[in-house]
Amino acid sequence: MNYVLKRTGRAVFTVWAVITLTFGLIRLLPGGPMQALRGYLMQQNPSITTSELQARIEALTAISPDEPIWVQYGNYLWGLLHGDLGQSVWLNKPVSTVLAERAPWTLFIMTTGLFLMFVIGIGLGAFMAYREGSNFDVATTGIGILLQSVPFYVVGLVLIAFVGYQWELLPTGGHYASSVTPGLNLPFVFSSIKHATLPVGSLVLTGFGGWALNMRGNSIRILGEDYLRVARLRGLSEGRIALRYVGRNALLPMYTLLLISIGYMFGGSVILEEIFAYPGLGRKLIQSIGRRDFPVMMGAFLLITIAVVIGVFIADLTYGLIDPRASGGAERESY
Amino acid sequence: MLNVSRTDVDSEYAFEVTAEETLSRRDRIRHRVDQFLLAPARILWTDWRARIGLVIIGLFLFLSLIGPSLVERPEPLGPLLAPPWPWGTLEYPLGTTYLGQSILSQLVHGAPNMLKMILSGALFTVIVATVIGTTAGYKGGTVDGVLMTISDIAMTIPGLPLVIILAASLPIAGNPYLIGILLSINAWAGLARSLRSQVLTLRESEYVEASRIMDISLTRILGIDIIPNLMPYIAMNFVQQARWVIFNSVALYFLGVLPYSSTNWGVMMNSAYQKAGAVTSLEAFHWLAVPMFAVVLVALGLTLLAQSADRLFNPRVRARHAETVTGENGPEDEEESEPTTSVGAVS
Repeated sequence: MNYVLKRTGRAVFTVWAVITLTFGLIRLLPGGPMQALRGYLMQQNPSITTSELQARIEALTAISPDEPIWVQYGNYLWGLLHGDLGQSVWLNKPVSTVLAERAPWTLFIMTTGLFLMFVIGIGLGAFMAYREGSNFDVATTGIGILLQSVPFYVVGLVLIAFVGYQWELLPTGGHYASSVTPGLNLPFVFSSIKHATLPVGSLVLTGFGGWALNMRGNSIRILGEDYLRVARLRGLSEGRIALRYVGRNALLPMYTLLLISIGYMFGGSVILEEIFAYPGLGRKLIQSIGRRDFPVMMGAFLLITIAVVIGVFIADLTYGLIDPRASGGAERESY
Repeated sequence: MLNVSRTDVDSEYAFEVTAEETLSRRDRIRHRVDQFLLAPARILWTDWRARIGLVIIGLFLFLSLIGPSLVERPEPLGPLLAPPWPWGTLEYPLGTTYLGQSILSQLVHGAPNMLKMILSGALFTVIVATVIGTTAGYKGGTVDGVLMTISDIAMTIPGLPLVIILAASLPIAGNPYLIGILLSINAWAGLARSLRSQVLTLRESEYVEASRIMDISLTRILGIDIIPNLMPYIAMNFVQQARWVIFNSVALYFLGVLPYSSTNWGVMMNSAYQKAGAVTSLEAFHWLAVPMFAVVLVALGLTLLAQSADRLFNPRVRARHAETVTGENGPEDEEESEPTTSVGAVS
């Protein structure tokens, strides 16, 4: 229970820290977003009066520049708690509406990619460990090292150029064909999967090697443990040993790794979505920077971070279920 | 003399310094270089992966340090979008851009910026992580709690979006050193955490306890007793962070969200993609492929180096090798005794 409380506290604290950071970035940086926005508005409408300008900025960013900084900060926090992320300068719509359309798509390709990478990598890694030293092991290890050195966007670009444009097998951008109607119908689902194939494929192709190598290393280490010999001497079945003794212990460190890669993956969505013109949060973030649309930029950043925090939080809690040692955390003497 | 282990060499060397007045400053520097640079390099050389890795990284260093003075700056003088060598002429071995610049020359003149970004980013990560991780692990208590909470937050914030936001908000011109640091802005957190957990076991060892009883200062204990033990791990992470910086700097330059003052590989990819449509038509694809290939090659070199470093420093792998392959024991010991021979030769 204490463990759950602690983790919850940390997740909330992280979100708060990021909100404060974004507030600081918008408000405090000289020549930062706030001044750029002011300049942009004055350029749009040179005859604007000071009070009109303030009102406009307040409407757009949910921050009123006249008031003392702590009042501004309080208002900003209060607004965020009610889902008010400000107003898009470019689209003239609430930021929350703009982002709500995008978020599910990012979640869709990122979780699919991460899941496939994890499953393929672990299966392959365990198999490599069992066949340690064989030609299969040596070959896959080599391929794994090679794949680890290829950034996913390189594979993505090559896939777009050949599978997309040269052979015209799969779409090169977008999230679904314009001919289908969104909803729970077969053509829509099929079209979404088709559009997600290349982005997810480039992630999985470059990512599974690293997972496999890691899993292989873990399994080999555990295969040498004494308790495994004892298990064999006790006459336990190979299947039970493979799953309960090797699999479970080799998976534990992988789970921690999964925790760390959630952040990396969602961060990478910025690049992936831009290359595949996939309308998710990351692409919106890049677009809004090009358009100097700071409310959207900050909103997208906040949302990506919150997605990661929630992902890590869930992984953290379930880790406690898998590994009872994690909830301990003994206090140490301070020097 | 030939079969002493590394620690013996160290202590023997330390005794020699105090005993022999004849050892000049230059000799001492030479010993240091031999001990910390040449000897590890010799050990690395026994592993084939490290050998390939070292060759690739050596090539990259040559390209970025000496290359620009050998190859002329890219000028728009050649034919437009000429194909690379087997299909084109040897005058432009990697082909030309849509403006007629030599792609080879672009590649070479973009390399120094890559090196600067990689070095500053990896150094920044390793230094910050070491300071925070070892302090937190050694001190424990409140200091540990505060530092690790900060690391946890930094670890959770997705790096690339943060980098993009900061690059858009902060007034940094295209200084490659600053870009490298910016790219690694929260990369130290993961390393700091794993260093901390390694320090937890080290802090209880006898020699650290002895130092503590003798009231030696915190920085000295960390610098002399703790950090040397972590060096292999830190070195490995240096290489991994270098790979991270090269991947992501190229990606962000490719997307055109980072400021730049002179060309680099990501900028090359960006112009190939944006201006020549290198993805939609195969005519300009080589312009995109050359920097991509260069990135992959350098990353491969770094991966191989990190992998073999892991094998060499990892006592478990070492022990296993010693047990199973007795034939390899001989040459490995010989490699290790090299520094001893040179120390003997000088004195």
